[in-house]
Amino acid sequence: MGLVDRGRLPAPLTKLFNIGRSYSMWVYQWGLACCAIEMGAAFGSPRYDVMRLGVIPLPASPRQADLVVVSGTVTDKMAPAVKRLYEQMPEPKYVISMGSCANCGGPYWDSYSVTKGVDQIVPVDVYVPGCPPRPEALLEGVVLLQQRIKHEDMGARWRGEGFKPIVRESEPIVVGGGPIE
Amino acid sequence: MTMLSERQQMSYIASQAADARLNVELETEGMTLNIGPQHPATHGTLRIIARLDGEQVVWAEPSAGYMHRGYEKLTEVRTFPQVTALINRIDWLGSFANEVPFILAAEQLMDIEAPPRAQHIRTILFELSRIANVSLFLGDLGVQMGAVTPVFMAFRDREYVLNLIEGATGGRFHPNFDRIGGLKDDLPKGWLDETRQVMKKLRNFCDEIEDLLFGNEIFQSRTRGIGVIPADVARQYGLSGANLRASGVDWDLRRDQSLPLAYDKVDFRVWTHPDGDSWARCWIRLQEVREATKIVDQLIETLPPGPVMTKVPRIIKVPEGEAWVSTENPLGEMGYYVVSKGDLGPFRVKIRSASFNNISITPWVLKGVYVPDIITILASLYFILGDIDR
Repeated sequence: MGLVDRGRLPAPLTKLFNIGRSYSMWVYQWGLACCAIEMGAAFGSPRYDVMRLGVIPLPASPRQADLVVVSGTVTDKMAPAVKRLYEQMPEPKYVISMGSCANCGGPYWDSYSVTKGVDQIVPVDVYVPGCPPRPEALLEGVVLLQQRIKHEDMGARWRGEGFKPIVRESEPIVVGGGPIE
Repeated sequence: MTMLSERQQMSYIASQAADARLNVELETEGMTLNIGPQHPATHGTLRIIARLDGEQVVWAEPSAGYMHRGYEKLTEVRTFPQVTALINRIDWLGSFANEVPFILAAEQLMDIEAPPRAQHIRTILFELSRIANVSLFLGDLGVQMGAVTPVFMAFRDREYVLNLIEGATGGRFHPNFDRIGGLKDDLPKGWLDETRQVMKKLRNFCDEIEDLLFGNEIFQSRTRGIGVIPADVARQYGLSGANLRASGVDWDLRRDQSLPLAYDKVDFRVWTHPDGDSWARCWIRLQEVREATKIVDQLIETLPPGPVMTKVPRIIKVPEGEAWVSTENPLGEMGYYVVSKGDLGPFRVKIRSASFNNISITPWVLKGVYVPDIITILASLYFILGDIDR
């Protein structure tokens, strides 16, 4: 993948790779609190069935994962572990912040022990609001992330520079804020 | 102490041997194993530090606090109706059950009582949240031992219960439906018929799980005689709920306490098991789901007419005083000690949650067990991290 690292991939090939990457995401379930159960319902239950979207919720370790779903309250005691987990993941890596607690602190906005937002520790690609969000909301977050990956400059992501669009500028996605297409 | 079975004796001898081995001449080198804070088997973020001698645990300690969200302090800066929204999230699988003891304590202080219909509906929703909680436990139990099918079945049938809770309260997960003096709303049309059908489905689910999981030879050999807790030890450590009943102690707050809930109007059996091992704890919970479906069935037959809310002032000020109310939640005894100084919010709330006491027995029960059994014992003790750390 030397071409990708140097950012010299031809545009049609980038598009092809992006389609392949967006439909084979291995997602690590970083379940922390209440949202973990809704994430389990979205990823592990027959009713919602995330695998039809091309997402595989099986990796037992963050080292095998492309996407991590931080679902639930991140406390100050847990924050170093979240950071370490994120650093263990190989590039390119994506983060979905699920639930109000992970987004901004949620009902614990004035608590002394809760980190107000996981985006203080790791960069977040998609925010899914709700307390907890319904499984459908998480699935929409996954679909929006897939749309985003399709418009991404792969080289920048490989070099660890984060999201750089090849088509247009884009902010972090909030589910319910409309599609980015 | 009651007569020990052969399995209990063996478990006791193994723990004694593990203690003694540290002193013998040919001492093997110990190893410290860290499980967690994030581990699929810990239902959240519990960390267990275990010192091993070979394959046997000689010392183990849970390290809690990774999910500490400061509920007791937060309740001091919230008003009484706001506290209900907060304490929903303590035991996140049985949310409605968390609200009830707090609301009852506040009602006790205000010296009011909910109308009979509200008490009935409260009890129905209480039992529904118990079913939602424990059915996920039954599914999750298989995952801890390498069987993936039960969790799919649990999620499949749990969705029906969540639909019922959502239909009645509007909230799928955290209803926040209980009010001081009654309930927010009455039940919607057609809800009772749907409930009857869902309860049938849940009883079928219990039969399926009993055949598939409890009848499985591997499951039995991994849980029978493992993690034995005798009755007196269980009492000393303050276990409650199914963990205590599995040790043969006949103790259930639903039956033993007279609270303004509708439990005195229904006929149900409190199951106990003499063994006290992992299998007994799982089996008791399975029976509890069955009993809960029967309680719901009886309650919807005898649902009285009338209002669901008494007259309460628009701005709720709770008079000065102290109240302690505890109920039999899905995980065990959960209680709130509410101190009010006559303000809009409570002055101090002490939360007694079941899992904190249930998990405090792990240093005792994990001593002498083998490493793979740590997971099954923890799974059978059944704790929820929000309930431990609060």
